[in-house]
Order: sequence, then structure tokens, then C-alpha cells
Amino acid sequence: MTTIGLFNYWIVFVLMMSGLYIVIVSTNLIKKIIGLNIFQTSVFILYISIGKVSGGTAPILVDGITLYSNPLPHVLILTAIVVGVATTALGLAIVVRIHSAFNSIDEEEIYTTSD
Amino acid sequence: MSVEGALLLTVLLPLLGAILIALSDSRPNIRETITLATAVVLFLIVLQLLGHDTGSIELVIATPLPQLSLSLYTEPLGLLFATVASGLWIITSIYSIGYMRGNNEQNQTRFYVFFAISISATMGVALSANLFTLFVFYEILTLSTYPLVTHKGTEEAKQGGRVYLGLLLSTSIGFLLVAMVWTWHVAGHLDFTVGGILQDKIDPGFLPLLLALYLFGIGKAALMPFHRWLPAAMVAPTPVSALLHAVAVVKAGVFAVLKVTVYIFGLDFLHNTGANKWLMWMAAITVILASVVALTKDNLKARLAYSTVSQLGYIVLGAMLVNSMAIVGGGMHIATHALGKITLFFCAGAIYVATHKTNISEMDGLGRSMPVTYTAMLIGSLSIIGLPLTGGLWSKWYLALGAVAAEQWAMLAVFMVSSLLNVAYLLIIPIRGFFFSQPRSGETSVIKEAPFASVLALSLTALGCIAMFFFAQPLYEMMVDIFER
Amino acid sequence: MISAHLPALQVVIPLLAAPACVVVRQSTLTWLLALLVSWISFAIALTLLVQTFFNGPMSYELGGWAAPLGIEYAVDVVNAFVLVIVSGVSSVVLISAKESIERETHIKRTHLVYTGWLLCLTGLLGITITGDVFNVFVFLEIASLSSYLLVSLGPDRRALTAAFQYLVMGTIGATFILIGVGLLYMMTGTLNMADLAQRIPGVAQTTTVRAGFAFLVLGISLKAAVFPLHYWLPNAYTFAPSAVTAFMAGSATKVSIYLLLRFFFDIFSETFSLRTMRLDLILLILGVIAIFSMSLVAIYQSNVKRMLAYSSVAQVGYMVIGISLATTTGLTAGIVHLFNHALMKCALFLALGCIVFRLNSVDLKDLAGVGRRMPWTMAAFVIGGLSLIGVPATVGFISKWYLVLAALERDWWWLAFMVVASSLLAVIYIWRVVETAYFKTGPVANTEEAPLILLVPTWVLIVANIYFGVSAVDTISFATRAADQLLSTF
Repeated sequence: MTTIGLFNYWIVFVLMMSGLYIVIVSTNLIKKIIGLNIFQTSVFILYISIGKVSGGTAPILVDGITLYSNPLPHVLILTAIVVGVATTALGLAIVVRIHSAFNSIDEEEIYTTSD
Repeated sequence: MSVEGALLLTVLLPLLGAILIALSDSRPNIRETITLATAVVLFLIVLQLLGHDTGSIELVIATPLPQLSLSLYTEPLGLLFATVASGLWIITSIYSIGYMRGNNEQNQTRFYVFFAISISATMGVALSANLFTLFVFYEILTLSTYPLVTHKGTEEAKQGGRVYLGLLLSTSIGFLLVAMVWTWHVAGHLDFTVGGILQDKIDPGFLPLLLALYLFGIGKAALMPFHRWLPAAMVAPTPVSALLHAVAVVKAGVFAVLKVTVYIFGLDFLHNTGANKWLMWMAAITVILASVVALTKDNLKARLAYSTVSQLGYIVLGAMLVNSMAIVGGGMHIATHALGKITLFFCAGAIYVATHKTNISEMDGLGRSMPVTYTAMLIGSLSIIGLPLTGGLWSKWYLALGAVAAEQWAMLAVFMVSSLLNVAYLLIIPIRGFFFSQPRSGETSVIKEAPFASVLALSLTALGCIAMFFFAQPLYEMMVDIFER
Repeated sequence: MISAHLPALQVVIPLLAAPACVVVRQSTLTWLLALLVSWISFAIALTLLVQTFFNGPMSYELGGWAAPLGIEYAVDVVNAFVLVIVSGVSSVVLISAKESIERETHIKRTHLVYTGWLLCLTGLLGITITGDVFNVFVFLEIASLSSYLLVSLGPDRRALTAAFQYLVMGTIGATFILIGVGLLYMMTGTLNMADLAQRIPGVAQTTTVRAGFAFLVLGISLKAAVFPLHYWLPNAYTFAPSAVTAFMAGSATKVSIYLLLRFFFDIFSETFSLRTMRLDLILLILGVIAIFSMSLVAIYQSNVKRMLAYSSVAQVGYMVIGISLATTTGLTAGIVHLFNHALMKCALFLALGCIVFRLNSVDLKDLAGVGRRMPWTMAAFVIGGLSLIGVPATVGFISKWYLVLAALERDWWWLAFMVVASSLLAVIYIWRVVETAYFKTGPVANTEEAPLILLVPTWVLIVANIYFGVSAVDTISFATRAADQLLSTF
């Protein structure tokens, strides 16, 4: 494994942990969703890194080049990105409804008023 | 009618009765006619089965799992139990009419519906061809008697119901189910088989544990320390206590114990391994302790309940002596104790209806105002104690013979001591009734016998106790038949 | 030949019907459409089950691309069985859904419920039928996103926070699965389940595969609400519309458990997942803790719906215990409980739906005396509760029987006793409801019995509870076949 490869995984790790941290710690629902997004983004980068073949080029058929990066993870992650967008949209929609129902998007405020 | 048809009918008929009773809500006369008619027809069907005692006919109702079926068959012990329960249902129905109307009880339709369902379950227990079927009907019996126990709906009744359901369900699911799965696992099936199905299938070292799981798991046999449900069940209306908690439910328990001992373990197998020894002592302790507790109870029904616990101990003890004599005695005791105890409960109920008194200390001198009731009570007590001219003598006789045959002299002593205790706590009630003077003589004129239906019922069962003394022969032959097949 | 395309139709029909619901918008029409589609799915699932049982597993190449490059739909007895459970639960519950949902959801949003419902059905069926691990993720997200939507449509405003909580937890779980799939792909270069099964043994010792396995197990367990990853479930079940709760209780966690089975025994081998990774021990301990702690928590709930939700977590514990035993009987117990628990919980939640319909509450104190006013509903609840306890002649008994048998086969006495002891806790929480409903006198409100369209599906399930309790030979033979197949190498 080359250093650059490891570097990618370090980034994935850091992003993943910061994302999870935000989800857990922040009480603001929007921030939670942002954290979730960062968390998911780390996985996108993980997939893109997986597809990289050392010395390979973009997977477009060109004469004289035999070594390509693997395109499949990239395609997969497109799907995952779409899913992520859908999740974010739904999450934000729910937050909008929460705001109109509870007049707040702060988790703690909501739980104190809801009982 | 074919035997299979009759077998199925014994279970279905009371259910049908229950549906009809539910439909005839708010028309008491029709409702009670249906109850009585169902009871009589059921009894006739069971009698017909008695004549057909072939032993080999089995009716498979359903097969839930491979090698595990819901099926019914005819077998002497079961037929005896079915006869006793269905016969006494007729009498109890007569009695209930008087009692429930006399007391203006609420929810009478619900009462009769669940009563009929309980009888159906009892028939299922009696005629079950394998342990699984017995277990199914056993649980149905527990559940269908729950609304009867909590009939009054008071806080006390709910509390009693909780203890009742809690103990019976936890023992049966907690122990009996495990024991059954274990048996199924080692033996491959659960059919009641003469000579048992466990021989050579299980390490004898585990046998005492398995037997304990069964005996404590069958909570309805009220082996101490799992007897608390029976006194708790006494909050129920008296007809329920009489038929269900002196006959159907508790006898379903000891009946199951006898069945398991004879047809699952096999007497020889148990005898040779000696797994029965410590449980025999548990039963002996139950017999004596329950009698002592009964002495201390002033509430008549509570005293009778502890007396039942003690008498059930007799039958379990008989089963644990593992010889044919004791099993015959145990089987006969199912019938004789049923008649005796139901009489006593009928009397307790009659006294309650007539005077609304529940404590023995308040009943001094009542015998002179209620002579029929108290005479019946005397006969019932004599039968439970096991004195001559009542059927109770014979069953105790064979139980004692069983103890002798097993050379368990200590057990013989237990029978003797306990009978003396019976005298002390049972006979005292009619004695106080007849010979003690009433505390305030002014009330005497007010007290009359209970309604006719109730008095008729308790007279019938008291006569039954005496009849049993003279006609014990068929009963004995029927029981011996278990070992001659 | 249409029968050759059944595996694809199983997923495609509900998928296409979902947007149609949005177009139609009219409440009754969308309901009819959803009902029709669900029953068609059920019929397809039954056909598939019969076919696989007699003709062995079948494979379908989606779009004509051959596996392992294309996406394969692989149907065998195991997932055909789950397909039947999911589509069957959906079909029966949908019958009663119309009245119940119109009562609990704003009329402008009812068509969204059916849209979400069909998408959720699509997702669940898709997860079950597919033979491609990435496809699992996609369908999982379809099912999850639509169920967040369904939960958020509940009558109480707290449904919104419950849905949000569920969304956060669910997304974390799904992303974990995504990571796991990625790590597996990294080491094996394939996404096809059968291919994975062949290639994993060669690389099973690498940290990457182990990490992938851990991510997958965590993610799926979260979706299956395996204790202690059940945090989202009680709120989601409590605040979702009654019909949705019944549907989810009977299907969503079941599918996740199926997925767990698939990964444990087919994709990874039993030796790897249970022995090497010591999951047998971990799952066993978690399962035992779950059946006790969650039943205890259920006892202290005042909201009956929440009580049943906690009970569901406990019941998942039984399935997990069955899986952890890793014997044919243990797996049979787990799989058969999958089916049985779907029947009983679904029936119970439907009965609660009837109560909500009339009382607008499932608080224990509001249920006082309801037994007299709604006799059929409460009778159904009692029978369902008895099934949950495991009383003989109900399906719950069959599950208990096999679980105890499996424990005894391993000579694990303590486990056998723990299983029966914990089911006694169910007696307590069910009986709290029974006592309140029958022996407490409530307000003499003019409540009447729930309408027939709610009662009939409830009773259909109750009858099924009894029917499959007294004649379980078929379910057991399916479950045993499935267990054998899972334990044999893929």
C-alpha cells in the first residue's frame, strides 16, 4: 500500500468520525443532518479510493493503454450519493414539519415541550 | 355412535353448550336448561364410552408437529376421571342454579359459558392419548377457569386470580414444558404407553430431576411449595370451588401425575432406579403440612382448600410409591375424594347462601337449623377421613396397602397421622354445628335451609359417598384394568 | 412465459404502483390499488415458495445480464418463505388500513401512506429476493426511506421526532452496511452473493474482511433492532399510524433477521461468522439479555403500543438465540419464530388499531372496561397475547417448543429454563392489559365494537395464530428445509 493510498483512508476515517461525532453531540436537528452527510461522504471517498488502481488511468477505452482504474465502485457510489441526497431531502422535510409542530429544531427543547 | 365420534363429542359437546349458553344471554331459564341438558347428554356419552373400553381406539384431531399429535383415546384411569367430572357437573349445575340465583350474582351467563368450556377442557385432559394433548387441555383449563376465579371482579378476586394464573402458568410453562420437550427429545414421542416410554432412553442419574420437573410442573397437583394457587382460587363462587377446585382442576393435576408415572416413566423403571424416593418425601411433607395449616384456618373454604392440598398429596404420594396397589388407591381416591370434597363445598356454599357466614367459629349450632346440610357435611367429612360406610375407606385402604407393599413404613405412618389430623379439622365442623350452642339464639328462627336446588345437590353427593362404600367393586376392577392391559 | 419472470415481477409491480398512487391521489382509489398490488405480490410469493420447495432454487438474471456481472435474483426456500411472510402481512393489514389510516392521518396525506407503503413493500421484497449485496443496500434504503415517511405520518406530533430519530439511526445503519459491502468488494472483487461465498474463504483471515463483516453485522443488527441496537424501534412503533405499525412489526425486522441469516451462513460460512468471530457467544448473551430486560421494560410501560414494541425487541432476542445455537433445530426455531412472531405481533397491533379507532388512545388507563364494550377486539388481543406467551395450540408454543428443544440438544439446561422463564414475563405484561380491560370499570362512553373491516383482518390473523399452532407440520418442514440449506455450504 502506498502512502497516498493510506492517506485516503486516513481522510475517510477522520471524516467518518467527525460526522458521527456531530450526529451524536449536536442537538440542532439540521446540524445532525449535516453530520450525517459528512459521515456518508466519508464512505463515498472510501469507495472511490477502492476503485483506484495504481498507475491506472480513467476507464475510457483508448488505444495503447491497458491499465484502467476499476469503474464499478464509482458507479456504485453514484447510486449511494443519490440515496444520500434522498435521505437528506427527507430528513430536511421532516425537520420543516417538526419546526411547524414544535416551533423549534433543537432536540432538547422539543423533548421538554413534547410531554 | 362410533367410539371415535363419542370421543370427539365429549370435548365438543360442552363447547357447543357454551355457545348456546352465550346465545341465550338474559334468558336465565333457557340458559340453565341448556346447561343441564348438555351436562346430562355429556354424562350419557361418557357412560357409553365406559361400555366400549377397548383401549386401542385413538382419535387423532390434529398433528401440530411431526410425532406430536392432538389425540384422544379411552383408557381406564381417564374414563374414571371423565365419568366423575361429567357426573358431578350435572349435580353442580343443579346446585349452581340455586346458588347463583340465591346470591344474585352478576354476569351469570359468562359464568355458565366458562364453566362449560372448563368441562370441555377437563374431558380433553381425561381422554388425552399423549402428554402433549394433556398439556394443551391442561392449559386451556387454567385459562378458562381464570374468569371464574375472578368472577366477582373485586380487588380481592383480581389478586386471587393473579396468584392462580401466575402459579399455574409459571409451573406449567416453566417446568412441565421443559420436561415434555426433554422427554420428546430422548424418547421421540409422547404417547402414553403401558410400561412407560423412557426405559433405556435416559441416563437414570437425570431421572430424579426429570420427575421433579414433572411433579412440580403439574402445578394443579398442588404439591408444596406450589400450592398457593388453590387457597387463592377460593375467592370464586362456591360452585366453582366445588366442581373445579375440588374435582376438575385439581384432579386434572393428580390425574396427570398418575398418567406420567404410569405411562411415561413406567412403574418398574421408576422402582428400579429409585428416582421416586425424594419426591415421595415431598408429597408426604405436603400431606402433613397442609393438614396442619388446615387446622389453623377459620374460614371454611380456606380450610377445605388446604384439606384438598393435603388429599392431593395422598394421590401424588400414592403415585410415588410406584406399585400397582398404590396406583389403584390413588385412582380410586380421585373418585372418592371428589365426591366427599364436593359435598363439603356444597355445604359451605349452602351455609353461605342461607346465613352469609364464612367462618367456622360463627357457625356454632347451625346444624339444628340446617339439618340436611349438616348431615351431608358429616358424611362428606367421614368419607374424606376414610371411615367405614363411606367410599373414602376403600381408597385409603389401597393407598395404605400400597405403602405396605412398597415397605415404606414411614409413609404408612404419614397416612395414619394425616387421617387423625383430618378428624381434628373436618369432623369438628359438624360437631360444632350440632352440639355447640348458637351465640345469639334470637337469630335461630331466621335461618332456614338453602334453596331446594342446592340442598338436593348436596344430598345427592352425600348419598354418593355412601353408595361408593357398597359399590366399590366396579371401581376397583376398572383401576386394576390399567395393569392388565 | 410469465412465470419465468416472477422474481422480477415480485419487485417491479409494487415499485411501479407506488408513483401511480401519487398520480391518482384519491384516497379510496389509492387504497384499492395498493391492496390489489399487495395481493398480487402475495400470490407471486406463494407461487415462488411452492416452486422452490419442489424444484429447488431458481435464479433470475435482471435485464438479461448474467451473474456475477449482472444483478441476480436468487430465490430459494429461505427467502421465498420470507417473501410470503412480508407480502402476506402487507396484504392482510392493508385490508384494515383504509378505515384506520383515514382516522389517524390527514385526508390530504392518505395517498402518501399508500405510496410509502408500496415503496416499503418493494424495498423489503427486494432485499429478500436479490442475490447481490449492493442491491441489498439499495433496496434497504428504499424500504428505510419509505418507512421514515410512514412513521412521520402518524397522528401525534411526536411521530415527527420519532421519524427523525429513526432516520438518523437507520442511515447510520445503512451506511455501515455500505461500508461493509465496500470492504468485501475490495478483497473479493465481486458483489454477487454466491461469488462472494466462494471467494471469501481465501481472504477470510484478512483484517479488511473481518472489519467488513463487523460493519455489516452492526448495520443489519441495527435494522433488525437486535438488542442493544433497538433504540429507534419503540418510538417508531408507538407513533406510527396503527396499520403501519402492524405492517412494520410483521415485516421490517423480519427481513433484517433474514439478511443476518444470509450473511452469517451463506456469504460467510457458519464457522467464520459464529466460531471464528465468536458471534455465537455474543449473540447468545445479547439475546438472553434482550428477552429479560426488554420484557421487564415492557412490563412498566403505560402505553400499550410501546409495551408491544418493547416486546418485539424481546422477541427478536428469541430469534437471535436460535441463530446463535447454529444447529438445525436452533435455526429452525429462529426461522419459524420469524413467521410466528409476524403472525402474533401483527394480530396484536391490528387489535390495538381497532382500539385506537374507537378510543383514540392506547394508554393503559383509557382501556379500563374496554373488554365489555369491544368484546371481539379484546378477545383477539387476549388470544394474540396468549400466543405471545407461548400457550399451547398457538403459534407461540411451536416457537418455544423448538427453541427449548434446540437448547436441550446442546445440553444447555440453563438456556431452556431462561427461555421459558422469560416467556412468563410476557404473562405479566399481557395480563396487565387483560385485567384493566375486563375488570376495571371505565367511563360509560358510547364506545361500540370496531367496524368489521378492521375486525376481519385481525381475526384472520388470530385464526392463523391458532391454525398454525395446531398444525405446524408445514411451517416446520419449510423452516427445517431452510435451516438445512443455510447450514449446508452454498
